[in-house]
Amino acid sequence: MRKSEIAKDFVESTQENSGSGINRRDFFRLLGGGILILFQPWNILDVNALPAEQQRSLPKDYNAFLHIAEDGTVTCYTGKIEMGQGIITSLAMEMADELNVPFEKVKVVLGDTELCPYDGGTWGSMSTRGFGPNMRAAAAEARGVLLELGAAQLGVPVSQLEAKDGIITDTKNPKNTVTYAQLTKGKKIEKFLDVKPPVEDFTKFTYIGKPYKHVDAQLKVTGQAKYTGDFKLPGMVFARILRPPSHGAKLTSADVSGAEKVEGVKVIRDGDFIAVVSENHEKTDEAIKKIKADYSFDEMKVNDKTIFDWLLKSDAAANVVRSAGDLEEGRKLSDTIIESEYHDVYLAHAPIETHSALATIEGDKLTVWASTQSPFGLQGGIVRELGFPMDKVRVITPFVGGGFGGKGVYEQGIEAAKLAKLIGKPVMVVRTRDEEFFYDNFHTAAVTKITSGIDKTGMIKLWDYNVYYAGTRGAETIYDVPNAKTTSYSGKRNAPSVHPFNTGAWRAPNNNTNTFARESQIDIMASKAGIDPLEFRLKNLKDEKMIACLKAVADKFGYVPGKTPGGRGIGVACGSDAGTWVAHMAEVKVDKSTGKVQVVRIACAQDMGLCVNPEGALIQMEGCITMGLGYTFTEEVLFEGGNILTRGFDSYEIPRFSWVPKIDCVILDRKDKAPQGGGEPAIIAIGAVVSNAIHDATGARLFRTPLTPERVLDAIRKT
Amino acid sequence: MNMEKKISFVLNGKKTELLIDPTTSLLWALRNQLGLTGTKFGCGMGFCGACTVLIDNEAVRSCSLPVGDVAGKKVITIEGLAKNGKLHPVQQAFVDHDALQCGFCTPGMVMNAVGLLNKNPKPTRQDIINGMEDNLCRCGAHIRIIQAVETAAAEMKGGK
Repeated sequence: MRKSEIAKDFVESTQENSGSGINRRDFFRLLGGGILILFQPWNILDVNALPAEQQRSLPKDYNAFLHIAEDGTVTCYTGKIEMGQGIITSLAMEMADELNVPFEKVKVVLGDTELCPYDGGTWGSMSTRGFGPNMRAAAAEARGVLLELGAAQLGVPVSQLEAKDGIITDTKNPKNTVTYAQLTKGKKIEKFLDVKPPVEDFTKFTYIGKPYKHVDAQLKVTGQAKYTGDFKLPGMVFARILRPPSHGAKLTSADVSGAEKVEGVKVIRDGDFIAVVSENHEKTDEAIKKIKADYSFDEMKVNDKTIFDWLLKSDAAANVVRSAGDLEEGRKLSDTIIESEYHDVYLAHAPIETHSALATIEGDKLTVWASTQSPFGLQGGIVRELGFPMDKVRVITPFVGGGFGGKGVYEQGIEAAKLAKLIGKPVMVVRTRDEEFFYDNFHTAAVTKITSGIDKTGMIKLWDYNVYYAGTRGAETIYDVPNAKTTSYSGKRNAPSVHPFNTGAWRAPNNNTNTFARESQIDIMASKAGIDPLEFRLKNLKDEKMIACLKAVADKFGYVPGKTPGGRGIGVACGSDAGTWVAHMAEVKVDKSTGKVQVVRIACAQDMGLCVNPEGALIQMEGCITMGLGYTFTEEVLFEGGNILTRGFDSYEIPRFSWVPKIDCVILDRKDKAPQGGGEPAIIAIGAVVSNAIHDATGARLFRTPLTPERVLDAIRKT
Repeated sequence: MNMEKKISFVLNGKKTELLIDPTTSLLWALRNQLGLTGTKFGCGMGFCGACTVLIDNEAVRSCSLPVGDVAGKKVITIEGLAKNGKLHPVQQAFVDHDALQCGFCTPGMVMNAVGLLNKNPKPTRQDIINGMEDNLCRCGAHIRIIQAVETAAAEMKGGK
């Protein structure tokens, strides 16, 4: 039972909610009465996941909300957003369990800077492992309050009560009951937590751990789910903004007279910022093409072919991530030494919903609806760039049509706000597909150099790992190597970027690059040692979670041991991301005359700690595996200097139905452990598992993604 | 220079008249003039299928079709698929199989699947893959979408 000493009554505070939302008295005014729980997000993970430039200190105030309305409806307010990862469902499940209410009675309000507690952004697989525990604690507290109210109402001690489905029952007299709704009616109770209360033991879960379908599916299959671009306000205009032909191009002159002649179109200029607006969306498309603009070019002399040399020759700072033993000693102990260099390319996020934003100003208050992974980041960006006071900017995030890290940037929201300010009307900015591919914060190209060695028994004795521009996530070897060093090279602080355009987080940022390199290298060593690649991994691992995942995936796959290359087309790879461990096995068919590869099946085993919603987690695993086939086979941003050449789905190909293999996933039962990330981990090893399977089928080793038919064919010829 | 014309067609079972520039794409006519925002803009070039609607029961990409071309035709959008509050079997199968994530490609997927089943009521798995191939989903819901279309086909027993 929850004790109320761990909360203290919050009486008529005049303190403002420093998360810049409304103050708490307004909250009751808006929501009516009931019970309101305010809590501090304790978990430091929430903060550490932020990119440095977006870090804002957490408000010292208590500002996270859980509300039980007078009709018993439970609402959780979270600054996270829903982009398909399914937290609208899984957070409600967690809430229902802690509060003992029916799952259907729980509402989750997401990504509204005015209603929700400050949140850095939805990325890093943080919602379930970072926010979830805080929310569960708040729910546990609310239940304690309800039980105390129930005890007073029913005239029996709390210890004699049981709460289920929103009803409190006297265990000694089951007819003596009271509902949450009866208890909250006419009440205005605020509690806030100092100490994190204990949460329900996993054995008492009703919802957590059972598969629940997406609660938003009905809205989404009927077209009723609202995305940013679906909103319309009176007087609203669409905007197109003049874009440079390449990154690094600067506008020198512009003749907008042609655009001004297009019916119903207004041209807006603010220095180099030129936009056309119209109530008719297609007129803006017509008008923007009629602007004659000249540019000066100061681009980097690099393209998609020279980028790897470019990165290696750059003036990078070395960061030693890990060092153990002595590399020289490792060399001496090794009978076979393998040196490899792996290349990874720039990737686009390519969500089907392009970045969109609608901005409107009423009085002195700006409201922006935006497809973003960072509503509070956008709010801060608007304050910074347009000078609005923080409390006069509200960002609302409706359903987001895919993010994958790409919607951590929010320039479109600032543009819409800027235009709304300039013209005094509501402005909708919907990026074209071309703009989406141009203004992406791309997954970075990278080079990984590995020197590794094994002794005669197949034990890894040397591991010298050097990664250029793919950070540290997933860079540390998971294997047990006595002499190992991991060095990550990246741009020097305050030095100009080495990349010709913006780069950023792409689903499991950098871990795809690092896992591809590491797991390819492991496979090369297994092959040289003449040891089955699964056995080789198990032999060199001490990490129990990794070992368990490998054994589980082998079981699921029906793996029959064999040396590689064995002509079977079977590969194995594994890794860890966002606190979760994954292992994959794949079977491929390679057409040796064309280099075309078809993945027949993929199995995946995942240890993600407590799995809140096995259905949701499974969908994420399947999504990761399917999306992973994109970077594996086709995805590559082609560019010349600052000009992006792949600006459509015709030139930048993402996975299609015919690519999808049979998928078998298993989630290890870890109910007694803390929940970990689920939206990203299962993508990290897809490139490696497929490449290792291609090697097994053909003997050809690929060192560069994507594994296009040309590259596969080329590698086969070199074998 | 007003190029507006009167365009009549049957939209989701209702006779509809629009005074509009007939070169406007059907997509933006639906979204802007008619307020039917279930039909999505994904690329505007016919490559992704998020804007798919049915015209005379056939799946068509509304971003690449001038509204003038639907004069006298029957247009069904995602909003017009459920009948009397009952989901179309394809919609129901998408819900039952959880065949979606972010949901942005979903209306186009559903409409394309309905168009596919209109043409081929008893598709093989390969027919479904071929028929859905050019509708893009970035979240990776493909495997469930295939299952959903299989289920819907079985549910509809070759009928409509």
